[in-house]
Order: sequence, then C-alpha cells, then structure tokens
Amino acid sequence: MSTAKGPALNPSTGRFRKRHIGLIVYFVFLLLPIYWLIAMSVRPNQEILSGFDLFPRTITFANYVTIFTDPSWYTGYLNSIQYVALNTLISLSVALPAAYAFSRYRFLGDKHMFFWLLTNRMAPPAVFLLPFFQLYSTFGLIDTHIAVALAHCLFNVPLAVWILEGFMSGVPREIDETAYIDGYSFPRFFLTIFLPLIRAGIGVTAFFCFMFSWVELLLARTLTSVDAKPIAATMTRTVSAAGMDWGLLAAAGVLTIVPGALVIWFVRNYIAKGFALGRV
Amino acid sequence: MDKRPYDNKAWLLVLPVFLIVAISAIIPLMTVVNYSVQDVLGPFQRVFVGTEWFEQVLNDDRLHGAFLRQLIFSGCVLLIQIPLGIAVALTMPVKGWQSSLCLVLVALPLLIPWNVVGTIWQLYARPDIGLAGVAVNSLGIPYNYTSSAFDAWLTVLIMDVWHWTPLVILLCYAGLRSIPEAFYQAAKIDGASAWAVFRYIQLPKMRRVLTIAILLRFMDSFMIYTEPFVLTGGGPGNATTFLSQFLAQIAVGQFDLGPAAAFSLIYFLVILLLSWIFYTYITHTDREDAR
Amino acid sequence: MARIELRGLAHSYSTHPKGDADYALKRMDHVWHDGGAYALLGPSGCGKTTLLNIISGLVIPSEGQVLFDGLDVTRLPPQQRNIAQVFQFPVIYDTMSVFDNLAFPLRNRRVAETEVRARVEEVADMLELTGELGRRARGLTADAKQKISLGRGLVRSDVAAILFDEPLTVIDPQLKWLLRRKLKQIHERFQLSLIYVTHDQNEALTFAQQVVVMSEGSVMQLGTPQELFERPAHTFVGYFIGSPGMNFLPCRYEGGAAMVDNQRIPLAKSVLDHAPHRGVPLEIGIRPEHLRIGANPVNGALPAEIAMVEDLGNFKIVTARLGRHMLKAKLPEDDAVPGDHGWLTFPPDRTRLYADGRLVA
Repeated sequence: MSTAKGPALNPSTGRFRKRHIGLIVYFVFLLLPIYWLIAMSVRPNQEILSGFDLFPRTITFANYVTIFTDPSWYTGYLNSIQYVALNTLISLSVALPAAYAFSRYRFLGDKHMFFWLLTNRMAPPAVFLLPFFQLYSTFGLIDTHIAVALAHCLFNVPLAVWILEGFMSGVPREIDETAYIDGYSFPRFFLTIFLPLIRAGIGVTAFFCFMFSWVELLLARTLTSVDAKPIAATMTRTVSAAGMDWGLLAAAGVLTIVPGALVIWFVRNYIAKGFALGRV
Repeated sequence: MDKRPYDNKAWLLVLPVFLIVAISAIIPLMTVVNYSVQDVLGPFQRVFVGTEWFEQVLNDDRLHGAFLRQLIFSGCVLLIQIPLGIAVALTMPVKGWQSSLCLVLVALPLLIPWNVVGTIWQLYARPDIGLAGVAVNSLGIPYNYTSSAFDAWLTVLIMDVWHWTPLVILLCYAGLRSIPEAFYQAAKIDGASAWAVFRYIQLPKMRRVLTIAILLRFMDSFMIYTEPFVLTGGGPGNATTFLSQFLAQIAVGQFDLGPAAAFSLIYFLVILLLSWIFYTYITHTDREDAR
Repeated sequence: MARIELRGLAHSYSTHPKGDADYALKRMDHVWHDGGAYALLGPSGCGKTTLLNIISGLVIPSEGQVLFDGLDVTRLPPQQRNIAQVFQFPVIYDTMSVFDNLAFPLRNRRVAETEVRARVEEVADMLELTGELGRRARGLTADAKQKISLGRGLVRSDVAAILFDEPLTVIDPQLKWLLRRKLKQIHERFQLSLIYVTHDQNEALTFAQQVVVMSEGSVMQLGTPQELFERPAHTFVGYFIGSPGMNFLPCRYEGGAAMVDNQRIPLAKSVLDHAPHRGVPLEIGIRPEHLRIGANPVNGALPAEIAMVEDLGNFKIVTARLGRHMLKAKLPEDDAVPGDHGWLTFPPDRTRLYADGRLVA
C-alpha cells in the first residue's frame, strides 16, 4: 500500500503545474492588448509612427491632458455616465415591482409575458436603429440623455427583471406573509423589509445594467449628435479625422476602461453569485 | 407544484415594465412591419407592395454570403469559446486574493465599450505599429488584416474570443463554485479519476450555466456589429460583413428602407425562433430537475 | 473491517498554530475496535467532522498518526483506505442510473463487469433498491439517494469502515427511523466498523455501541450510552446528554460529604476514597431522573421550593429551588408532586462529584 503512495500523489502535483501554465498563457493573451493600449496612450504620436518598440521610450501624459482639458472630449465621458446612470435607475425602478410579481404570483399571461420580455434581450439592436430614430424624432428627444437611457431599456429592463426574479425567488414566501399579518402595507413591506433582503441581487442587477449600457454604442450614437454624444462616439470621429492620432485614441480608450474596472472591483464578490443563478 | 397564488392584480406591478418595453419594442417593430410591406416614394406617397421586399431580400446573393459567413463565424465562436471558457474556469484559483484578482481581470474585457474593443485590436493588430501584427510578421508569416480577407476574418474571430470568452468563464466559474465540497470528497473516496470528476460531476452541474453560455454566445455573435465595424469596416471586400453589417449597409448606406425592414423582420424572427427553442429547453430541463 | 487507532492525533487548519485555540482537534489517543458501531457526538464546531475526515483521508492531520489494523495510513489518499463515507447531503451522480451509481467505485477500480453486476445486485437487494436500478438517480427521493450513497460504500468487498456525516439531516422523520434500522441490520449482518457523526443525542444513543462525546476539539468521554448516562466523565457530557441535562451545584468538600450552601449532601464511599485536591472548584451532579422529591421530610432530605411543574405526557419535569440554585427533576406521570414546598433526596450512589469539571472516582 505504501508503495502506491508515491505515484498516486505525483501526477496530481504535475497536473497542477501544467494547468497553471495554461492559465498564465490565457492571462497573457487577455492582458497584452490592454497593455499595448496603455503603452500607446503614454507615447507621443510621432514615436508611435516612427518605429516599433515593446516599451515606450519616452513617457508623456500629454494625451491625457488633452482629453481632460478639451470639452469636446471630456463632455463625452459626462454624457456617457449620465445616460448610463439614468438607464440603471429606470431599469431598476420598473423591474423591481415586476420581478416581485413574477416571483410571487401567477396571473393571466404571466409565462408569455416573461418570455416576450426575454426576446427583447435577444433582439438585434440593428433592427431597431431606424424605427428608434424616427420614434424619438417625433417626440423631439433626439440628442438627449433620456433618449439613450430609454433606448437601452430595451435590453436592460428584461435583463433586470430576469436577474431580480431569480434573487427574489430565493427569499421564502413566508417572510411576505408574516409581514402582511403584522400589518405592513405592500409599499412599506417592499421598501423596508424586502429590498434590504435582496441587496446583493440589486447590486448585481445594477452592475449588469451599467455594463450593458456602458458598452453599447450603436443606438447611443444613432440617437445623439452633439449634446448627449457618448465618449465612444467621440472616439470614432477621431478615427475618421485626417492624420490619425493614435496616442490620443489610446488614451481615450484607457479612460473608457476605468469606470468599468472600478465597478467590477466593487462588486467582485457578488459577480460569481449573480452568474451562479445562470441569469445574464 | 406551484403554490403561488393566482392574482391578476399582479399585472399592476408589471405594468411599468410592460409600458416601457412596449414603447421601446412594439411601436418600433410596428414601424418596421409597416416599411416592410410598403414602398416609400415620397413623404406622403406610399404603395403597398406585399411580399415583394421579402422576396427581393431572400433572393439577394449578398445576403446569402453574409448569412453563410455569419453561420461559420458563430459556429467557430462556440467551438472555441465554450471549451476554452470551461478550461480556464476549471483552473482558476478558488479562494483568496488570487481568485478576486483573476475574476476582476477576466471580467475586464466585458466592461470595455464595444467600439473601444475594436480600437484596441486595431492598435494591437496593425502590421506597422501593433504588437501582435509586428510580432506575427517578424516570425516570417505575412499578416495584414486590412488587405487579406483571411487575416481580417481571423482577427475578428480572435478579437471576439478575447472579448467574450470571459463571459463563458465567469458563468462556468460560478457554476463550479456552486458544487458542494462533498461531491469532490465522495468522488475521491470512490476513486474517481480527474476525468471522471469532470465528466460525472462538474459537467452535469455546469449544464445549466453552459446552456445559457451557449445561448448568449450564439445570439450575441449572431448580432455582432460594432467591433468588426471599427476594426475592418466589413472588409476587405465583404470578408467580415456579417448580418448586422449587411443590414446597416442597406438601411443606412443605401437607404433602402423596404428591403431593410423586410430583412430586419426575418433576422428578428430567426433569432426569436432560436431563443424560443433554447427557452423551452431550459424550462423543460428545470422541471425535470425539480421532479 | 479494521481496528482504527489514533496516535497522538491533532489537527490545526492554520499552518502555524500558536495556542490551543488554533487547533480544531486537540491531541488524542484512541483505539476503536473492529466491527464496533461508534458515534461521534457533539455540538456544531466541536471537531467531529474534522476527525471523521481525518479517518477517511480527506484531511491529513497536522500531527500524529492514523492506523488501520496497525498499518499507518495517515498519508494515504481516501481511495486507498478502503473506507466509505456518506455525507450530510446526498451525493449522487446525477446523469447516471442507480445501477451505474452503485457500480461507479468498482468500475473506477477496474473490477470485471460480471463481478460488478453481481455485487451491485447484491447491494441493491440489501438496500431494497432493486426496483430502481434502471432509473435515473436524479429523480429519486432524498432517502433513496442516501441509500445509494451508502450502497456505493457497501458495494466494495474490501471496505474497512463506513463513515457517516450526519446522514439523516435531510430525511423525513418517519423515514429516518426506517433508514436507521436498515443501518443497524447491515451492521449486524456484515460486522462492519461504523463511525457515525451526529449532533443529535437520540440518534447517537440508539445507534451506537460506543459514543464519543466531543467538545471544542477534545474527546470528553468515550463510553456506552449507559455509561454516558450514569457516569458522565465531564460536566459537559452530563449537561449535553440527557433531556433535561444533569443538575450541577457548586459545593465544598467537608468531612465525607459535599456542602452546598451549608446543606449536607452525602456521597458514596467510592467517591470518598478519591478525596479531591484542595483549591479546585467542586460541583456535585445528579441526573433529573435520579433526584427524588417528597412531600414529607425524611432522613437527609433538603427543603426546597417547587417553582414549576411541566407535564409532558408520560412524565413530569419539576423545577425546584434549593437556596440560590435551581434543580430539575424528572418524575413518572403518576407520581404526586408536593405543592409549594418539597423535600429533595440525593441518593448517594447516583450523586457524582466533579473537580474542575471532571468526574471524581
């Protein structure tokens, strides 16, 4: 028996190492493009165009200074953050009661309604491009933050309902019943008892609403021209301008990653849980 | 047995969602239907054309090309991203700061605006200034994604792998974390090999998240637009023109509203059909589990 | 089937344990006999599951050795120890049929398929699972799933011991009883060593021949259910076992008797022979079942107030106040309980003396 001990343990430690080499290779693949973006963003444009270097020879923050001092750049960030925040707020406030209804009651057409909501998550945004433009033109909402926020509700509201319903179903129904017996009205019960119970779920939902609204460009660009133009669209303008300023473009790119990175850092402990419900 | 009470007053709670989604989905969709059966000759002049646009679109060779490219692309996306995602999720550290760090790094590409993803890969893959482009060329392999159709196609695929495999990883990782420790302990005692643990414990427990990963990756890759638009603009030629690019070309580029609308509807219905199949499959297996 | 020996065994989950508090399991030496049915009993977090996992090989102890029939298995992985373990929540392989589940440990060990079939059928017959063999394991009830977990252990002919980690937690009460009886039958038929972790004293006392009571990483007492009841080795055991637990009163030792607040309580001669050390806190303990309450003063009885009487069907629990102390007595249903005042009698052969928590004599 003791002779079997050696061979039984060694392969597992050997496998351990081989597996980790694979993981490191993947992370290199994952991080190299981001490294390159950052490296480009701190180089002067002439240096980028003059020759290839793995590491920047001279480090300059001129590109970042340009972005933070030029209103046509930094308003792009403010616009994006505004409509993303607005969208997250709208999505959560309408999705919370609806998710509660789906998790606690049966009603006429509930299953069809739920599926219909989900289909909107699956709808190609390109399909809605033109009709959205016409719809919002009719109401004079083009180039406003609310237009983009509403348009993003198309995919974020169904998503929010779906995720929240999963979290709410995990809360035992007895809690509701006890609260009603104790004389709580529905709004008071919902706000003071129920919502605190699904804090994690609300956090996860907000994260995903933020994420999908932040990364979307097609609708955001179509519905805006000047006043509410997102940062991502500002970047595409620079691409088409004569004499490509790669350094500036890279710096703007780096700055679009920052808010996302911050948000992930704050919700890192909830992400796995949100995904575990299999509802994204 | 479903113990939820039957109460139609619950509709009041769903109403806001219904209204907001109706405004952003039904009304625009009606517009699309409207366009798909009419020819707009002038601001107040419209002619009912029946199924003419549908026939025109369905017989368009460019559509067939785009559809074929789309199918191959989505197929490749699934074939690469699902196994890769499972493999990475299996090897990720499970506790301590290493696990937090890995999660945050893995999630990073998901929070980058899609056109910035295109921009990053543009900078990264250009044969003159890009790290990857220069590196591949210096190995003696000619590579230029702006002129070679194959290179462009490959670059878009690798970019998608970079961008979206993290979603599969996070889903699988969460699925793996939900397996109780006792399963691994029992498998150890039963003398199960690493392969048997994967085949009989991890894979079955990941089935649900994997279904969702496959669904999402298939749908989203079927709708891919922004990243290749920024990276290649659909070219060279039509090498990276997928369905959404094709749609944008006829709708915005040529302003052929009728065919664009007809095509939109077909596109939407195809996706709807596929998601319905997935949805019934998931709810069906859920019920089987509950039994 | 094996004799299990624990030599100088201790375990800490931290890599550099500093004090006693860092040890999930404090140093212990025990020999558990071949074919015995042992229960590890204790509250949550007392280290009983850690001890079980050390025996099964899922945890490698930081100190000491585990021996099966004199052979050191401390560092052997679980699959080479020939043990079977049933967990708190049923572990089954969802995608397999019941048959394949039962065959799994044998197939992993490359046993010939004809023998696999024979063994599986034998075990299925014993566990009354024959009718379910072809079914998918996923759809079964919790108790059937636990039977499958058990069967995966029994199916191996060389199994040395079966370990149970609170296996009845998720089973319906009426099925618990059936399953427990099944376990006893199997134990009697195959003379397997069984080790059974539980926090439920009823389960431990009805199931095991020997009960190991644990608290905070130490074994407080190892004994038959009767010993635990009659002579708890530690105040913790006295309090933890029994319902209600043992009564304890702080006392002094004076002239061959225990003095509780100047009231004299006589002790048995065997206790007096082991006169305790001075300067150690002393307590006397008596089971509620042994404490007698009478309406009239008899020789040596102490006066007490009756604070409460709870009628629990076939017995009564009387709470009495003796000076500053509260005591509980368990009386048969038919016994008369005096009104406000009564007289307590402590039978000397049932009254135990504890020094610093440990039994004297």
